[in-house]
Amino acid sequence: MSPSNATALLVWILALAATPLLGDNYVVKIATFVAFYAALALSWNFIGGMAGYPSFATAAFVGLGSYAGALVQNAGAPLAVGWLAGALASGLAAVALGAVVLRLRGHYFAIGSIALVEVLSLTASWWSGLTGGGEGLNVAFLPGGPDTIARVFLYVMLAIAILALGTTVVVMRGRLGFALRCISQNEDAAEMVGIPTTRCKIIAFVLSAIPCGAAGAAYASWVAYIAPADAFSILLTVKVPVMVMLGGAGTLIGPVLGATALVLLEETVWARFLDLHQAILGGVIVALIFFLPGGLVGLARRGRST
Amino acid sequence: MDAALLVQVVLNGILLGALYACIAAGFSLVWGVLNVINMLHGSLIILAGYLACSLWTEWQVHPLAAMLPVGLLLFLAGTALQVLLINRVVDRPVLTTLTLTFGLDMVLYNAMNAAFEATPRRVTLELGRLTLGEVVLPWDRIVAMLLALALTGLLYGVLRASRLGRAIVAVRMDREAASLMGIRVARIYALTFGLGAFMAGVCGALLAVVYPITTNATGQLLGKAFIVCVVGGLGTVPGALAGGLALGVTESLGGHFLGPQAAALLGFGLMLVLLVVRPTGLLGRKGYE
Amino acid sequence: MTPLLELRGLGKRFGGIDAVRDVSLSVAPGEVVGLIGPNGAGKTTLVNLITGVHRASRGAVIFDGQDVTRQWPHQAARRGLARTFQVVQPFPRMTALENVTAGALFAGAAGSVAAARRQAGALLDRVGLGEEAHKPAAILTLPSRKRLELAKSLAMKPRLLLLDEVNAGLNSSEIDDAVALIRSIAAEGVTLILIEHLMKVVLSLATRIVVLHQGALIADGTPAEVTADPRVVEAYLGAKFAQRQAKALVGVERA
Repeated sequence: MSPSNATALLVWILALAATPLLGDNYVVKIATFVAFYAALALSWNFIGGMAGYPSFATAAFVGLGSYAGALVQNAGAPLAVGWLAGALASGLAAVALGAVVLRLRGHYFAIGSIALVEVLSLTASWWSGLTGGGEGLNVAFLPGGPDTIARVFLYVMLAIAILALGTTVVVMRGRLGFALRCISQNEDAAEMVGIPTTRCKIIAFVLSAIPCGAAGAAYASWVAYIAPADAFSILLTVKVPVMVMLGGAGTLIGPVLGATALVLLEETVWARFLDLHQAILGGVIVALIFFLPGGLVGLARRGRST
Repeated sequence: MDAALLVQVVLNGILLGALYACIAAGFSLVWGVLNVINMLHGSLIILAGYLACSLWTEWQVHPLAAMLPVGLLLFLAGTALQVLLINRVVDRPVLTTLTLTFGLDMVLYNAMNAAFEATPRRVTLELGRLTLGEVVLPWDRIVAMLLALALTGLLYGVLRASRLGRAIVAVRMDREAASLMGIRVARIYALTFGLGAFMAGVCGALLAVVYPITTNATGQLLGKAFIVCVVGGLGTVPGALAGGLALGVTESLGGHFLGPQAAALLGFGLMLVLLVVRPTGLLGRKGYE
Repeated sequence: MTPLLELRGLGKRFGGIDAVRDVSLSVAPGEVVGLIGPNGAGKTTLVNLITGVHRASRGAVIFDGQDVTRQWPHQAARRGLARTFQVVQPFPRMTALENVTAGALFAGAAGSVAAARRQAGALLDRVGLGEEAHKPAAILTLPSRKRLELAKSLAMKPRLLLLDEVNAGLNSSEIDDAVALIRSIAAEGVTLILIEHLMKVVLSLATRIVVLHQGALIADGTPAEVTADPRVVEAYLGAKFAQRQAKALVGVERA
């Protein structure tokens, strides 16, 4: 990791961690969302950025984690166990679903991954005996006042984000990262050079699922209520790759940068232009694709070289 | 199990399936020729539906008469959109094109909500019902099915018989070769996208007769289009027809025996199965015919 | 001596066509075998069968005594079965160095990414691409790309290397360089199977020639035997070539 990257990330972590001291619960809430989306974006980077498989399955794993965590918590287990359950459920699902969906490439993979979100959402609605159906599920409340709750979940989300970041660093430096890069550029050649491509893709998919599962379970505990539409949100599943594209796909700080930028942008927009929220977000996406193909990281690099 | 009930359910499925085929045909065309997944397709259909409803309530224009002007309007809008924006990203990876059309869809969706509001509306034509023994089929849905089939057939005819159609097929099969033969690929792309939007337009006007039009339905319509393309086979009109009918019947049977939520679930389940087992679809092959 | 590679009644059917029919072949360690035949004879299909890209419809592939008929391509690579592609398949946005590092890291079982990179650097120098090590593979010229492909396959530490038309598209002096390189690889003990259309290359490198025609093996022997074989002449070489060869060989024998 370059020193500038390391410094930037350290500053980011410290800034988020310090928000309870610097601002009110609203600021802490935003920081929690930044950490939440950063974790999701970093996890997407494994399958979408490094392996080059355009996944729209993020919401599938977040939602699965939410429900797994909620059910485990409602059964009486402590919160942290619920979060681990979320991570585990999503990880295992990624192995099973990956075996099915990773055989596809390009558009078909993208669609297959969105289909996973829809199928899980519809299943959650249908299996109302287990999940409360369309009505949703209430989750056991964390005891404590609003300040405590705000801080606990800030640090939980931040911890998940840091774990995802750490995993990214390790993977990028080692064999797996190299293998995924090869797969993304020429999958057949990668196979011919001795890379077990199916195994590597599934590992990437699992790595992309675990932080989502943990974050989803934590989110369910935080909000204390989940329903299929929010848990398996198509908007979320598209926003996350957009964040990575905004920051710079395949890079280390890109996902973190993009997630932070988009969350802050959305908060300002929500506050002032509620009715046009979707249009503005859509406009940002369009502008991003035409004017920032390399993301913010790409922009910084160009700036440095001129 | 009652035979008449089964027949009813299957026929309902076919009525539905014909509409699905029409909905998917334009989407499949754009995907097959430009290799772009047009996430706007569902919203375009709803837009057309809103326009048709407005024409009906304001000026008593019959939706069937509204089909053509609405279709043409969307054709122009679609062509413009392609030329100005989408053409620039046609060669970029899947993630880029899909996200772009998704972003554009968000803008359109928001605009429609602001202009029309989400309250469902439709054009109710009291046409009575066809009764065959114990099977009852509403005439408005039969008419919708026949028109949907006619439009799909028309598209097929255009692609097979007209110069434009053959050029589109050529670009689909081999872009470079088509270009070397003097076909202006960028123009074909624009016209194809426009044609896809036209199909969305006429479908929307048609849909307004049988279903409540609301922005909440845009995602569902898009989802149906996906499923039909994957199940039936991308890039072929017979494929869209096969996929549409398969989906319609599956949903009808599933909905009847397992409830309405199961219907949608089965549809996606069918798609996932096909993606794994036969990604080219039931009738898929190269080239759009 | 146990053969390094043994093909037993190997066959592959695509739809209604037998691309490869009942091919049986035995290659000893250290041999340099030329595989020739007209276009469409099934040579590349055969290579694909040996390296696990296609699954055989019939028959078996035995590598170093092990039945590897059902292997995946990455397993073949790790076993020491490497091949080059007729149309080169690099990792386009990676540098030449990184391309070869990939070969060393995975099939070549280097201990670490750093070690793989060192091995790659040495190999690039050996094939003459040292100057271009840091250029992205996509911008290299065709001869450089061919050499890159060769360096990558050497990085995989192959025991058997299948070279699929390495010389296609090269000019005369580039071909001479390639031949010298291939000779040095053979000298290291790597068993080679060369698919070639250029007879001068085959004849200068191979001690044994195998001929494929319409999926079947129609000849297998020394260059002299094969070039004189009437079936080979009819199917591929042509009478003029055969006559010239016969004269050349007779001249050699008399001298």
